[in-house]
Amino acid sequence: MVDFGGWDMPLNYGSQIEEHHAVRQHAGLFDVSHMRALDLSGARAGECLRLLLANDVARLKDPGKALYSCMLNEAGGILDDLIVYRLGDGQFRVVVNAGTADKDQAWISAHAAPLEVRVAARSDQALLAIQGPEARAHVAALLSPPDAARALSLDVFVGAQIGAWFIARTGYTGEDGFEIMLPAEAAEELWRALTARGVRCCGLGARDTLRLEAGMNLYGLDMDEHTHPLESGLEWTVAWDPPERNFIGRAALERVRGAGTVPRLCGLVLEERAVMRAHQRVIVPEEGEGMITSGTFSPTLARSIALARLPAGSVREVQVEVRGKLLPARVVRPPFVRHGRALVQV
Amino acid sequence: MSNAPADRRYARSHEWVRDLGDGTVEIGISDHAQSSLGDLVFVEVPETGRTLAAGEACAVVESVKAASDIYSPLSGTVVAVNEQLASAPELINQQPYEAGWIFRLRPADGAGVAALLDAKAYLAVADSE
Repeated sequence: MVDFGGWDMPLNYGSQIEEHHAVRQHAGLFDVSHMRALDLSGARAGECLRLLLANDVARLKDPGKALYSCMLNEAGGILDDLIVYRLGDGQFRVVVNAGTADKDQAWISAHAAPLEVRVAARSDQALLAIQGPEARAHVAALLSPPDAARALSLDVFVGAQIGAWFIARTGYTGEDGFEIMLPAEAAEELWRALTARGVRCCGLGARDTLRLEAGMNLYGLDMDEHTHPLESGLEWTVAWDPPERNFIGRAALERVRGAGTVPRLCGLVLEERAVMRAHQRVIVPEEGEGMITSGTFSPTLARSIALARLPAGSVREVQVEVRGKLLPARVVRPPFVRHGRALVQV
Repeated sequence: MSNAPADRRYARSHEWVRDLGDGTVEIGISDHAQSSLGDLVFVEVPETGRTLAAGEACAVVESVKAASDIYSPLSGTVVAVNEQLASAPELINQQPYEAGWIFRLRPADGAGVAALLDAKAYLAVADSE
């Protein structure tokens, strides 16, 4: 067990690598109730989020549709990354990271109050993630036929309230699956029902190797208040249009963009048998130095992979300083693995 | 709760030593050590023929969590290494006291063994961590 954002959480339930493979090949279960859900309601809730988020909730036309976004400070630094669902007219749900939850809630509430938007933390709810190629079928098997049909008809990045559960086809593993928000007192029963079906319990360790293989950033390592989306591989989440939408951090980001060269967040694959870790130095020939932001051993590739922030440029061959030695690594474009398949050559 | 067989001696740095009865000893890491490290992914063994001083870092075990040095509990010469670990580092997790041995040593003298812990004393050290 480790402390994670104030929560006692298991690194693994036995073997992190077996948990990882279970998610890539079958189905795994994660208790991610440490993440905080905030419900925003009020006629101007959409306007509030169009100010707070770098991505644009106006893109969420249909109820249940979800969007991934950064929330920035005025300097363009990333306060957090989050998922926002449009639940209905003037109704949104935002799911934020545990470590930043108190700060996020204060920040969002401060901007919501003048717009008469209410912000409610859903601490009454638990959040379970069921991920893997067989995940959706396991969940459907626990539902009545009409509810199962509804759950299975959900498109990627869409959620719906189905009975007492809010079921969304989202996740943090690079596999298909659901995240289910449900009353906290009902979570244990769902957990037991899924594990009884052979869905494997997974800890934070497997969650980290899965998200890194999927090329997904981890807040606090790959990005934080002192880095902006453009140097964090997240420009695709910044909605520049319409130009008149003046979200917090926009002016700063436009200055960065106008200034030209921006460091890049890249994927690295180590050519030798060792493991890259966060904060190790990366030597980029001709261009200078960069740093590993998060690194691990990829169980799918049986190689070490990492995300690294490197100087702007197009160099493909770099060296990483691992335990006093300079080892060759190759720059690749994440994701490394998606839907059980390796996307980079090793 | 980790285990430690009584037929061998232990270093405080979590290596075990087993007397093979032919003037050599076998060395590996304890169940407590493998369990704390988590799934092992790479093992770097010493070269055969290398002379080691007691307490010298001579191997590396790397897990999903971290890399860790292995220290030779005794002075001596490396006479064999476990070649299987190159392709199957998980042997250390699965059978730390048998198939997961790391290297064999011909000790320079018999004196070092007495300074090592017996199983009971080692478990007391491991459990206090």
